[in-house]
Amino acid sequence: MAFEGLADRLQSTIKKMTGKGKVTEQDVKEMAREVRLALLEADVNFKVVKDFVKKIKERAVGAEVIDSLTPGQQVIKIVKEELTALMGGEQSKIAVSERPPTVIMMVGLQGAGKTTTSGKLANLLRKKHNRKPLLVACDVYRPAAIDQLETVGKQLGIPVFSQGTEANPVDIANEAIQHAKDEHLDYVIIDTAGRLHIDENLMNELTTIKNNVSPDEIFLVVDAMTGQDAVNVAETFDGVLDVSGVVLTKLDGDTRGGAALSIRAVTNKPIKFVGMGEKLDELEAFHPERMASRILGMGDVLTLIEKAQDNVDEKKAKELEEKMRSQTFTFDDFLEQMDQVKSMGPLDEILGMLPGASKMKGLKNVQIDEKQLVHVEAIIQSMTKKERKDPSLMNAGRKKRIAKGSGRPVSEVNRLLKQFEEMKKMMKQMSGMQSGKKGKRKKGMNLPFM
Amino acid sequence: MSFFKKLKDTFAQSKESEEISDKYKEGLSKTRASFSTKLNDLVARYRKVDEDFFEDLEEILISADVGVNTVMTLVEELEMEAKRQNIKDARDLKEVISEKLVAIYAGEDFGKQVPLNLQENDLSVILFVGVNGVGKTTSIGKLAYQLSQEGKKVLLVAGDTFRAGAIQQLSVWGERVGVDVIKQSEGSDPAAVMFDGIKAAKSRGADVLLCDTAGRLQNKVNLMNELTKVKRVIEREIPGAPHDVLLVLDATTGQNALIQAKTFAEATDVTGIVLTKLDGTAKGGIVLAIRKELNIPVKYVGLGEKMTDLEPFNPEAFVYGLFSDMLTEE
Repeated sequence: MAFEGLADRLQSTIKKMTGKGKVTEQDVKEMAREVRLALLEADVNFKVVKDFVKKIKERAVGAEVIDSLTPGQQVIKIVKEELTALMGGEQSKIAVSERPPTVIMMVGLQGAGKTTTSGKLANLLRKKHNRKPLLVACDVYRPAAIDQLETVGKQLGIPVFSQGTEANPVDIANEAIQHAKDEHLDYVIIDTAGRLHIDENLMNELTTIKNNVSPDEIFLVVDAMTGQDAVNVAETFDGVLDVSGVVLTKLDGDTRGGAALSIRAVTNKPIKFVGMGEKLDELEAFHPERMASRILGMGDVLTLIEKAQDNVDEKKAKELEEKMRSQTFTFDDFLEQMDQVKSMGPLDEILGMLPGASKMKGLKNVQIDEKQLVHVEAIIQSMTKKERKDPSLMNAGRKKRIAKGSGRPVSEVNRLLKQFEEMKKMMKQMSGMQSGKKGKRKKGMNLPFM
Repeated sequence: MSFFKKLKDTFAQSKESEEISDKYKEGLSKTRASFSTKLNDLVARYRKVDEDFFEDLEEILISADVGVNTVMTLVEELEMEAKRQNIKDARDLKEVISEKLVAIYAGEDFGKQVPLNLQENDLSVILFVGVNGVGKTTSIGKLAYQLSQEGKKVLLVAGDTFRAGAIQQLSVWGERVGVDVIKQSEGSDPAAVMFDGIKAAKSRGADVLLCDTAGRLQNKVNLMNELTKVKRVIEREIPGAPHDVLLVLDATTGQNALIQAKTFAEATDVTGIVLTKLDGTAKGGIVLAIRKELNIPVKYVGLGEKMTDLEPFNPEAFVYGLFSDMLTEE
């Protein structure tokens, strides 16, 4: 299923625009449509999407985008900013009750992963916060749910309180807290049965448990793959119980996880943790920024854009583009460009931020030799000003001199010269492409140091 | 004749189909209410068919988790159709919309129920696959109940040797239904358990062997390979088996359900879908998307928590359930 990320989607829209010079309102409308589709494909609730896109449009129609050299990237930047703002900050703190034990209630639909998450949370509390948790088996309905929690408890070496399937969940919860007090355990994690949010009887049961144990935290556990219904689920659970936070599970799958945004938007409750695997230590703090990128399906392009923005002078970039078009690109320009790329950070880090780069086999473990960059620099700096402007001056004698000056073998000087010529050819093709022809874009620019 | 009338007539024909459709009506009350009410609202709100109308229609369909691609194609087709037939009044378009939806739901063989591929007088093996928490074990329990009610000798295999408590869960179902469960200890090789299960089924002369597997996210390559291996073991022991590979999908799942269906189909040649938890959600659109994009039929739907709440999927009844508000209105 080809789910294109927002970056790809916008790219094709922008391609249509290049050469126009100015971004019109119609263009913004088209880009807004792409943003809308990307979010819907990521399962963000359509109502949330509607409000969101409206906000994006308002900002995009403003001068911010229209005057920009790179309107597509500007739109992505705006989307990212708004998305991150909506998602809130990082909040993985767990409440501590003044009078122990601190009580945490886990609620959610069937199959969301409450029992596993309860185990993970207990493990986290003990390992990271040095606490003594008690797991409580209140799911008396699903066959073997208690066995499951007991097995998890055994694996972790964490005590589990259970009274079989005949007992009333409310009584179990009450007695568990007394048990925790007696045993001086400082956290009680109550695993409740999964239920449909429209099941009034079972929702009432949760309210009764809540009123009895007055929990310090109520975590709503939600499957990250949930579709449009996430909004209804979150709204109902929050309406009935006033949850204090959300745990998003199964995020190690390949879902975009737009449910996160929906839940956040309708409940305004923080997403505190995410489940990242089946093992009991795979519970992580929620990172809004990463989630934003994930929903948009775009790797960490946003950070990359920001870095580029901080380091690339737009005026200079325009000059460079002009030079590429007019074929007057020299070794001096090349040197300058290298400096700009270098100032963005280590190359392999930059590469890692490209969407899809981590999946490309050849790029997965690539180690870019930063030393080579230094060599290239040395060779160029050993050229005379004339040579840098006009490489056709090169002859055997000059090459020998450059090799000596840079401390590199002549063969390397030759290679650089050849690559530079190829690069110029490529630029010719690319500028031809920009004026409408479809070129061999895939080949990419063959930079000498890569 | 109106399309709705046609559909209604089909259902007036027999008492039996009325009973089935009542069950769907009840189970889907939530789905129906939100979907057809929304469609009615839309038609009432827009007298005229314009761009905004189609945008709102898009949203109604998307809110039912119909795949984005499916919705876009559908709405495009509708726009063309409206232009072609020169439909200006929204009410006139309502029927075209429903007709199109039904066509996708049911494909060319509209109304045809796709039953399990059960072997006559021989052992049938059914493998259950799916991601975590969709309801594989529960569906097996419910199906075991149904098949034994029909007088078949059923045997279960506890192939989920990974998740804590999974073997016990299936064992409880075995006790409830009164069928045997073949199992090994937690952590043992699932393929080996399957092998045991097949041997036991053969020697005990079972009619149906229902095989549980551990839930796995479809992007975990190793786990998907494990599943392929499990299937291979079954194939090797009984040529032609498994006779059905049922992918269990949670009806609340969004766009990812399509990816699930595709990946599991690649790994195990899925022959049908069990759509669970359809009673609680406002959705059902996932069926539409999967049918349209992958052409895998839904064989069963879970409409409640009781042992009897697993229904063979009946496209007509399903559609009837979805649109019954509109039908009675006509």
